[in-house]
Amino acid sequence: MHRKWADRRVPAAGEDTDMDKTIIAVKSLVKTYTMGDVEVHALRGVNADILPGEFVAIMGKSGSGKSTFMNILGCLDVPTRGSYLLDGADVSSLSKDQLATLRNRKIGFVFQSFNLLSRTSALENVELPLMYNHKISSREMRDRSLKALEQVGLASRSSHMPNQLSGGEQQRVAIARSLVNDPVVILADEPTGNLDTRTSLEIMDIFQKLNEKGITIVIVTHEADIAGFTKRNITFRDGRIMRSVMVGNQRNAREELAQLPVNVEDEV
Amino acid sequence: MKMKNLLKAAIRSLTKNKMRTFLTMLGIIIGVASVIAMLAIGQGSRESIQSQISTLGTNVLMIFPQASSSGGVRMEAGTSQKMTLDDARALIERCPSVAYLTPQVRTSGQLVASNLNWRSSVYGVYPDYFSIRNLKIETGNPFTMNDDKSAAKVCVVGQTIVTNLFGEGADAVGRVIRINKIPFKITGVIEKKGQNAFGQDQDDMVIAPFSTVQKRMLAITYIQSMLASATTEDKIPAATAEITEVLKERHRLGPSEDADFTIRTQSDIANAATATSKILTILLASIASISLLVGGIGIMNIMLVSVTERTREIGIRMSVGARGRDVLLQFLIEALLISLLGGLIGIGLGMLVSQVIANLMSWPVTITIQSILMSFIFSSAIGIFFGWYPARKAARLNPIDALRYE
Repeated sequence: MHRKWADRRVPAAGEDTDMDKTIIAVKSLVKTYTMGDVEVHALRGVNADILPGEFVAIMGKSGSGKSTFMNILGCLDVPTRGSYLLDGADVSSLSKDQLATLRNRKIGFVFQSFNLLSRTSALENVELPLMYNHKISSREMRDRSLKALEQVGLASRSSHMPNQLSGGEQQRVAIARSLVNDPVVILADEPTGNLDTRTSLEIMDIFQKLNEKGITIVIVTHEADIAGFTKRNITFRDGRIMRSVMVGNQRNAREELAQLPVNVEDEV
Repeated sequence: MKMKNLLKAAIRSLTKNKMRTFLTMLGIIIGVASVIAMLAIGQGSRESIQSQISTLGTNVLMIFPQASSSGGVRMEAGTSQKMTLDDARALIERCPSVAYLTPQVRTSGQLVASNLNWRSSVYGVYPDYFSIRNLKIETGNPFTMNDDKSAAKVCVVGQTIVTNLFGEGADAVGRVIRINKIPFKITGVIEKKGQNAFGQDQDDMVIAPFSTVQKRMLAITYIQSMLASATTEDKIPAATAEITEVLKERHRLGPSEDADFTIRTQSDIANAATATSKILTILLASIASISLLVGGIGIMNIMLVSVTERTREIGIRMSVGARGRDVLLQFLIEALLISLLGGLIGIGLGMLVSQVIANLMSWPVTITIQSILMSFIFSSAIGIFFGWYPARKAARLNPIDALRYE
C-alpha cells in the first residue's frame, strides 16, 4: 500500500526535484497571538528540517511553544511569519479549506486523549479520514481501514466501540486512524500522556515498528524516557529551538516490554 | 464527504438521542398535522358550500325590478310593477346568450288534500324553469306552454309537499290539491334536492304555469322577477350585458341612466359564500403555521445544544480533514432529516385527524395534494432555515479550540 516517498511529491513548477526530500522544512517561523492588548510571542523564529524516515521527539516545558509548533506542523494553524513547506508545498498561505484537505491527505494525528468518536466502532473511527476523501470507494475505505487496524494489532476488535476498549487499545485505534490515509508524517501530541508505563511501552513499540517501515513520526512529549525511544530530540524554550540532538543509544520498546515484570492485574 | 456517509452519520447521531430527536420532531409533527387538518376542514366546507350553491344551477341569472318608491318610501324588491310579460318576451327573442328565460311570480298558499293541509310557496313560471333550475321530474310530466296559454290549473310539486299531504313515498301524480281553494291537478313530482346553502328546503315548493298563478291567484298584470340561464357559464357576462341593453331600451332609459332592475348571477352568490370560508381557512391555517414555526425554533434550539455538546467531535472531524462545508452539511442534514421525517409523520397524522373529524363530527373535509405538497416543502424549508445557523456555527469552529473543548 505504501508508495515510495519520491512518488508522493508533486513538484512545484521550477522546483528542483532532486535537491532534497525534506518532509517538513520550517524557516524563521513566527507565531504571535494577540490577547487583548498583550502580544504573546509563542514562536520567535524557528528553523527546522525533518527528513523522511525520521522519528523526532519535540520536548519542552509548557509554554515553550512546542504545542503551537505542533499545531502549525499539523496545518491546524498558520504561522504569523516565516515559511513552512510540507512535502514540498508551501502551507503558510493556504485557506482553511485547503488546510483541511492537506490534513486529510498528508497528515495523521494522534492525540493524548485518543479523541475517538464515541458510539462508533473502531473500524468506522479508522475510516473517518477516508470519508472526507471523495476519491476513495467504500470498499477501498474498508480494506485500508482493516489493514491499518491489523498494523496496530487490533484487527479482531474492529467492531468494538471505544468504551469497550482499554486506553491502550483506544490509542492504537487512533494510531490506525492516523495511518489510514497514508500520510507523509504522523504527528502525535503526548500519545502516552494518559497511559501507564506498560501501555506506553506498547504504544512506543508500535511507533517504532511503523518508523522501521519508513514512516516519518513526530511526537510531542515532556517525558525524557519516552523521548529516548525516538531518533532525534528537539527541545523548545521560550519560543525557540534550544537544542536538537540525535539520540545516541535509542531504546527499544519491544525488548523493554519483554523484560517488564508480568502485569500484576494479569495474575489475579 | 459522500452523501451516503453524510446520511449515515446524521442518522447515527439522531438515533443516539432517540427521545430528544422524537421530541424535537414532535413540534414539526404537530405543526404539519394541524396545518393539514385545518386546510382540509376549510377546503371541505368551501367545497360543500360550492356544491350546494351549484344545485341552484351554475349559469343562472336572476332579474329583479328595482325597488319601487311611492312618495319617497321605498318598497320591497319585486314590488315594482315596471316589469311586464312583454319584457320577458323581448328578452327571449333578442338575447342570443340567453338559453332559457322565464318570467316568475310567487305567492304562498294553503294547500289542502282531503283532510291534510300544508302552507307552501307557489311559483308561477314557464316550463323552461325546469331546465334553468336543473330540476328533474321524478314521476309524471312537467306542464307545457299550452297549459300556460290556457292558464290550466295544473302543477308540479316537490317531495316535501307529497310527504305532508299524501304521506311518505305516496304516488301523487294525477291527484288534486286545492291551493287557496283553487283545485290543481298534480302532473309531476320533482326529484328530491334537499336543502340549499342557506338552509331552505328546496323540495317545499309548488310550481305552476305562469299565467295560472299570475291571473288566477295573484290577479296582477306585471311580473315579479325573471329567471334566465346563459348558454354556457362563460356567457354569463354577455347575457348580463344583452339583458341590460334590451331592458334599458324597453324602459326608455339612456345608456348613462341607472337601470331600474338588478341582475344577480349565481356566481355572485357563490363568491360571497366561498369568500367567507376562504377567510376561515386562511385564519385556521395561519394559526396552525404558528405551531409549525414554534416547531422550527425547537429544531434550532436542539441543534444549538447539539453543536455545543459535540464540539469535540467537530474538532476530531476537522483534524482528519473535514472542511467547514462538510461539517455544515452534516448538521444541516440532521436538521433536515428531523423536519422532513416530522413532516411526513405530520402529513399522515393530519390526514388521520381529518378523517376522524369527518367521521365524528360529520364535517366535510377535503385533503388536497397542494396542501400536502405545501406542508412538505414548508417543513423542509423550516429544517434548512432553522438548521442553518447552528450548522454554520459548527462549521466556523476553530479546530484547535474544538479539540481542546471539554
